[in-house]
Amino acid sequence: MALKIVESCVNCWACVDVCPSDAITQGSAHFQIVTSKCTECDGDYAEQQCASICPVEGAILLADGMPANPPGSLTGIPPERLAEAMNEIQAR
Amino acid sequence: MELSVLEHGKAGSSSAGGCSSSSCGSTDDQLSHLPDSIRAKVQNHPCYSEEAHHYFARMHVAVAPACNIQCHYCNRKYDCANESRPGVVSEVLTPDQAVKKVKAVAATIPQMTVLGIAGPGDPLANPQRTFETFRQLTEQAPDIKLCVSTNGLALPDCVEELAKHNIDHVTITINCVDPKIGAKIYPWIYWNNKRIRGVKAAEILIRQQQKGLEMLVERGILVKVNSVMIPGVNDEHLKEVSRIVKEKGAFLHNVMPLIAEAEHGTFYGVMGQRSPDPEELQDLQDSCAGDMNMMRHCRQCRADAVGMLGEDRGDEFTLEKIEQMDIDYEAAMVKRAAVQASIMEELDEKAAQKARLANVSVPSLTEGRISRNYRSVQMAVATNGGGLINEHFGHAREFLIYEASPEGVRFIGHRKVDQFCVGNDSCGEKESALSGSIRALKGCEAVLCSKIGFEPWSDLEAAGIHPNGEHAMEPIEEAVMAVYQEMIAAGRLNGEKALFQANA
Ligand code: SF4
Ligand code: SF4
Repeated sequence: MALKIVESCVNCWACVDVCPSDAITQGSAHFQIVTSKCTECDGDYAEQQCASICPVEGAILLADGMPANPPGSLTGIPPERLAEAMNEIQAR
Repeated sequence: MELSVLEHGKAGSSSAGGCSSSSCGSTDDQLSHLPDSIRAKVQNHPCYSEEAHHYFARMHVAVAPACNIQCHYCNRKYDCANESRPGVVSEVLTPDQAVKKVKAVAATIPQMTVLGIAGPGDPLANPQRTFETFRQLTEQAPDIKLCVSTNGLALPDCVEELAKHNIDHVTITINCVDPKIGAKIYPWIYWNNKRIRGVKAAEILIRQQQKGLEMLVERGILVKVNSVMIPGVNDEHLKEVSRIVKEKGAFLHNVMPLIAEAEHGTFYGVMGQRSPDPEELQDLQDSCAGDMNMMRHCRQCRADAVGMLGEDRGDEFTLEKIEQMDIDYEAAMVKRAAVQASIMEELDEKAAQKARLANVSVPSLTEGRISRNYRSVQMAVATNGGGLINEHFGHAREFLIYEASPEGVRFIGHRKVDQFCVGNDSCGEKESALSGSIRALKGCEAVLCSKIGFEPWSDLEAAGIHPNGEHAMEPIEEAVMAVYQEMIAAGRLNGEKALFQANA
């Protein structure tokens, strides 16, 4: 099984440098995990490295399709508060 | 003032050559107290020397996208061309591209003395890209000073390598020395292959920062400490930070205001954490100053800024444009040396002149021509470089703030007119540029510029700020002193409060 990077990736390179399996490559729009190479860090680390350093919530999906870092888990901003702030900005 | 940060014995005696600082005669005098070896390192560095920033240019190359910590004032998702703040860039470069860009810029802007790597992530979390860039530049542009700024987490591991590349300036951002406060600023760090949160994370970060600071000082590498002032979180605490980093040998401490807007999507922005007022920032800078160098001209540059501080010519040097430039690198280096030598000569001449002036005017102050009873006055200055009043009020995107008092003139900071946005339709704020300028000048009683239109003139007067275009093309400090003396002569500074009406 493998992890997956989706379009909210901001191309910050952090995951590339820490992947023990050399599984992450630069895609056309954002970085990608080569499924056949990703080991989920099994045998190297207790925690999946890409998911442990990625600064963007939702950018990396676990093998089961769930976000490794769900909304609010990295920034500490409660998702409701973020939605509220975005609405306020839209309304201006 | 003696600078106890540096070797005690030497600090007072080595400045025999008079004063080279632009804030000569004031308590904020930066360079004249430094040992010659350090002065030589900083006198043409726009980020370290207040005076140099009027004359010399710097650039940052964005080769370091990855980061190993999260700060509550940063959001890696955000990139807007109108944004000017650390952590923001338009394009990330490879080391090869960066080297090309540096050489192109240095050939076009002969005042360029310094190349910094500042992000957009943490340079030391990108060691290969950062050090490859430094390695190539040491070879290909040996006249350019190299510097780097970091959050400090990976610093102890990199000190050897930094020393090897002849980096003589390092900036560490230190916002706290107390992990409980740190936990309110840093939600997590990536450390030893794990994401670590809370107080534990802050503890590790603080430990690494302090250790890195000590190791650099041991090796004689100049260290500047940056701190972000976050009202209610670390504002009081920064006084302690200042004391500690000073004891450990940091050369400069730079307290910067938090930039927090909901639009940026940062934790502080979205949660409504306020930024400090200019007055609050100044008070904190004053109380952190003590006997240490404080830096007040920092512009919180983008990680891809190009040009003089306060300006950004990055658009002239996109990769595409660089490809088309035809550059003779050898000739450019020769030209740089000549241009920079003549600037240094000019500065030395100015310093000598100032020393002569000081000898003339200081005794007259004590004899009572300027009685010590007059209160101090803050004035804003519009300049586009060269240490002169040479910018039109309406064109100024920032103002330098000076304080005149019976002791002399000192530079105390700068205020941006539109700190977050140029006010085009894609951004939220559409406040008029004029009211923005007036708000930025709060606390100032006069604004000195080369020219000013009728409309801003009357609005400024209504706000209690006297516009003054009579000192166009004059050196800033002399003009500020002249206006101060005019105010005294006009009887405006008698007593505690300003005498002119705010609502004329
Ligand atoms: S889970 Fe591990 S092996 Fe897979 S891409 Fe991420 S870092 Fe590489
Ligand atoms: S760490 Fe996250 S945001 Fe950065 S490149 Fe990898 S997936 Fe993209």
